[in-house]
Amino acid sequence: MIDFGFSISKSSHIQMDNVDLKLFNKLEALNPDISTCMACGLCTATCSAGNFTDASFRKIILMLQRGKDKEALEKVKKCMMCGKCILVCSRGINTRNILLSITRIYNEEDK
Amino acid sequence: MIVEGKQKIWADYQKDIPDDHYYYVRSCIRQSFFPASEVTFLDITRNKLGKDFYENPYHTTCGGIAYHSDSIPQETAMTIIARQFALMHESGYENYVCSCITSFGCYTETLETWHEFPELEDRIRQYLWDSCKKEFAKPKYLAHSSDIIYKFRHEIAKQAKYKLVNVKTGKPLKVVEHIGCHYSKMFPSKGFGGAEYPHVLVGMVEAWGGEVVDYPERRHCCGFGFRQYLIQANRGYSVSNTHKKFESMEPYEPDLIITNCPGCPYFLDRWQYVIAEQTGKTYSKNGYGIPALTYEEVAGLVLGYNPWDLGLQIHQVAIEPLLEKMGVEYDPKAKYKGINNKDLGTPENPINIKLI
Ligand code: SF4
Ligand code: SF4
Repeated sequence: MIDFGFSISKSSHIQMDNVDLKLFNKLEALNPDISTCMACGLCTATCSAGNFTDASFRKIILMLQRGKDKEALEKVKKCMMCGKCILVCSRGINTRNILLSITRIYNEEDK
Repeated sequence: MIVEGKQKIWADYQKDIPDDHYYYVRSCIRQSFFPASEVTFLDITRNKLGKDFYENPYHTTCGGIAYHSDSIPQETAMTIIARQFALMHESGYENYVCSCITSFGCYTETLETWHEFPELEDRIRQYLWDSCKKEFAKPKYLAHSSDIIYKFRHEIAKQAKYKLVNVKTGKPLKVVEHIGCHYSKMFPSKGFGGAEYPHVLVGMVEAWGGEVVDYPERRHCCGFGFRQYLIQANRGYSVSNTHKKFESMEPYEPDLIITNCPGCPYFLDRWQYVIAEQTGKTYSKNGYGIPALTYEEVAGLVLGYNPWDLGLQIHQVAIEPLLEKMGVEYDPKAKYKGINNKDLGTPENPINIKLI
């Protein structure tokens, strides 16, 4: 292989045709407000846990929509259920309830 | 994908192009990357379509590369552009046609900025007067040269010697169309089909018998991105973009890539060599890669120009498999002969991408 002095980084491309959204659809059916999220990031900016960890409600939703369930669940674990994100959400989404639903739905699958 | 629905949306974005009398400006980089494309464009429009195209020998670069690499401020780029407009005005033309997408983006951006900030236009008038003693008039019409080929695509189809069809199977060639970002991503209303459904190359491909490939990363940048390429240490960003596109288009097995920008065909062509030498992978079953051509080169092939007069030997990816598919007659021995049979030299064979 030739060294050109630069290299190719791994693509972040996600082939959506191969993503199974069964669980996300279940989550959305239980929490229809999730579809109104516009990824503004207010929740993330105010998150108590986000100050010290990589918890981010906005990213969790995005990752679940893209089939990156494992990475999303790792972030969910960091949430301390304080509920600050509910107070600031510009779309009035019941974020904490969604986080609880995620834990239930996605962990049920593990059993 | 509902194809009819998409076609309807594409058809909704149209722009008027004047019928004749154009002022043509060349691109600084296209002339070295694809030496015959502009000559072919002028030959097709003047001699095959009978259009009046005027070139002023005093025109220069638009300053786009320097502007986008932050080497000159916007006012300087605008003064260069104002001088180009002054030359057009002096030559008695109003329809400005540029060969380069970077230039098209710069001209559009300049005209829109002057529209929003007329005081800046006044300042540029003063700069131009102070530096060149020239006065300019804004073009009545601004088009990219691919718009002109798009407008006359059916006339070209009528004169076609070859089609974008595989002569062995009778099936349309699968064509990836790649539009330069600065064609319509910055000002969607200025391009055929807007930013989401640019139709300029689709129209050509379909008129000449090919079939367009709709793949996930179709609207992704080719990877040029000016600063991403100009500095060696940043080139990983550039080649990674291109790599992403090739990974995405590979399952559709395209026969050809058609482009309308200076950077795109260059990077989609040359990076195939770099990707092959870095990863060992080529993006066609035959190990040659996917030919990436300018729309003038494709129009030239369709009209029966000699592939070596079109400069297709300058491309990294071998063109012969495409010529075979289209049934184009060519002399393999003449590939590396220039004008008056001058020997151009034969390139070295790369390790992982086949050339001959
Ligand atoms: S409930 Fe969780 S996600 Fe929301 S602000 Fe508190 S720690 Fe962050
Ligand atoms: S604040 Fe609400 S709308 Fe904004 S990203 Fe968070 S959940 Fe979505």
